[in-house]
Amino acid sequence: MSKSKWLWGIPLWILALAFLAPFAWMISTALKPDVDAYKIPMQWIPNPFQWDNFSTVLTGATSVLPAFGRSVFVAVLRVAGELTTATMAGYAFARMSFKGRDKLFLLYLATAIIPAQLLLVPRFIYFQKLGLYDTLWALILPGMFTVLGTFLMRQFFISQPAEFAEAARMDGANEWRVFTRIYLPLATPVMSALGILAFVWSWNDYETPLVLISNPDRYTLPLSLTNFVDEQGQIAPGLTMAASVISIVPVLIVFVVLQRRFIAAMTHTGIK
Amino acid sequence: MATATVAAAPAVRTEKAPGIKPRGWIGFLFIAPNLLGVIAFTLIPLISVVVLAFTDWNLVSGLGGITFNGIDNFVAIARDPGFWHAIGLTLVYVVVSVPLTVVGGLALGIALNRPLPGRAVLRAIFFLPYIVNVVAIGMTWLMLMNPRAGLVNQVLDAFGIQPGWFASSHWALPALIVMAIWGGVGYCSLIYLSALQDAPRQLYEAADIDGASVWAKFRVITWPSLLPTTIFLLVTLIIGASQGFGLIALITAGGPGDSTTTISYYMYQTGFQFYRFGYASAIGLVTFVGVLVLTLLTWRAQRGRALNE
Repeated sequence: MSKSKWLWGIPLWILALAFLAPFAWMISTALKPDVDAYKIPMQWIPNPFQWDNFSTVLTGATSVLPAFGRSVFVAVLRVAGELTTATMAGYAFARMSFKGRDKLFLLYLATAIIPAQLLLVPRFIYFQKLGLYDTLWALILPGMFTVLGTFLMRQFFISQPAEFAEAARMDGANEWRVFTRIYLPLATPVMSALGILAFVWSWNDYETPLVLISNPDRYTLPLSLTNFVDEQGQIAPGLTMAASVISIVPVLIVFVVLQRRFIAAMTHTGIK
Repeated sequence: MATATVAAAPAVRTEKAPGIKPRGWIGFLFIAPNLLGVIAFTLIPLISVVVLAFTDWNLVSGLGGITFNGIDNFVAIARDPGFWHAIGLTLVYVVVSVPLTVVGGLALGIALNRPLPGRAVLRAIFFLPYIVNVVAIGMTWLMLMNPRAGLVNQVLDAFGIQPGWFASSHWALPALIVMAIWGGVGYCSLIYLSALQDAPRQLYEAADIDGASVWAKFRVITWPSLLPTTIFLLVTLIIGASQGFGLIALITAGGPGDSTTTISYYMYQTGFQFYRFGYASAIGLVTFVGVLVLTLLTWRAQRGRALNE
């Protein structure tokens, strides 16, 4: 066993290093003077280490810190909003009964397959009319009310026994109490999974702000990474890569700390 | 990338939840917050895109300038060489990148399912490209594929090849495909891994007793048990790849020339650079229907094969 373990391990590790190369290049370039970025042959270990790139990106005139803050703001509101509305709706679709419920749910599913891009044109017009164009609310609001989150939560609640609710109702608990005291606590693993995914989607979203945000003072982090490209399309390698590294850190932390949950969430939204 | 996986919701359980008491409007109250948001930010825009598709409207003329023109947009699309060029490019992009990503993901998933030194770290490494934002990735690859001094060409130089990548109308699309595969393989392997965990153990044991070869075991046991996963991945990746936009907008802006103007970028150009919102909506609608048909066909074809075996 252990011999074949290594036999298979070595080529995979070589492939993995090739996969990692762009990230290693990113970090290496973030730490070197621009003149060394395209050196032939490639110089992996910066000499000298140019920590200035990071301090410029963090505190300089084109600091990405405000954009970082906006990304946090957007992500927090989106995640909180999505978790609130999706758990309530998912629960009702699964565990409560009312007229037209199943038809409404089919409508939900139908909208879930609509590509986001198709909606960009009308949303652009719509947000202009609502006075939300070029504000962070244009990014936050649609993200708070999602069909996918509702779908996920419904799939979870429908697998939970109905007897809990019946017993509680007999004891005189109202519907809100049944939901918040009995079913919601059971749902924390699914909620954390949805929360992680919602955070990553929000953090990495590039298309929506590209279309709905025009003022650089309102750029979220992914858009702000393009600040270090000049009019001719020339990229400042050190600054761009330093900003990129900063933009990756939060997702990386989420991934490393919550790896198990994250992977479970990925595979569950994917498959089951 | 991430939103693409959202698009195709997997198998739905539509059976009625047992044991619920009819409570009339209370259930509706629970749904209302989400429903109102979905109506406001998804349903109304959706209805407007359908309506807009039948209008001639340039943003500059204001809302009053909307004129209905029946099916003119759709007739124009049929005659628009730019549209067909974009469709062709999109097909090439989808047909090359999706199968390679799925096959690569399958191989990687099977390899990562074996006992390996540092397996958890390996899984994380291959998955990493999937969770990093498209701008950071795009900027990095743009520099890595710099035709003069980028690292990729420094390596390829050893073999005497010097592709121009994003500077060349022949190499720009292949470069995007390479990036798509690099970005998606780890995701596929992860989904395959979770499916492999559920693989029927007893069947493998029985096959071992019968002395079945590795290939026979793969063909008879592993592959059929992975078929639903494969269908799911194909469907979601086709949808995702046909919407591929971020990298193109960021790196090539459809160029050089129109060598990477895929359909979603063409729609973006029409809408947000030329402000022809009516026409852009019609393109979006036609594309959506096209992708839907393509997806259903993939679904059907694979389903049929699964039943025959």
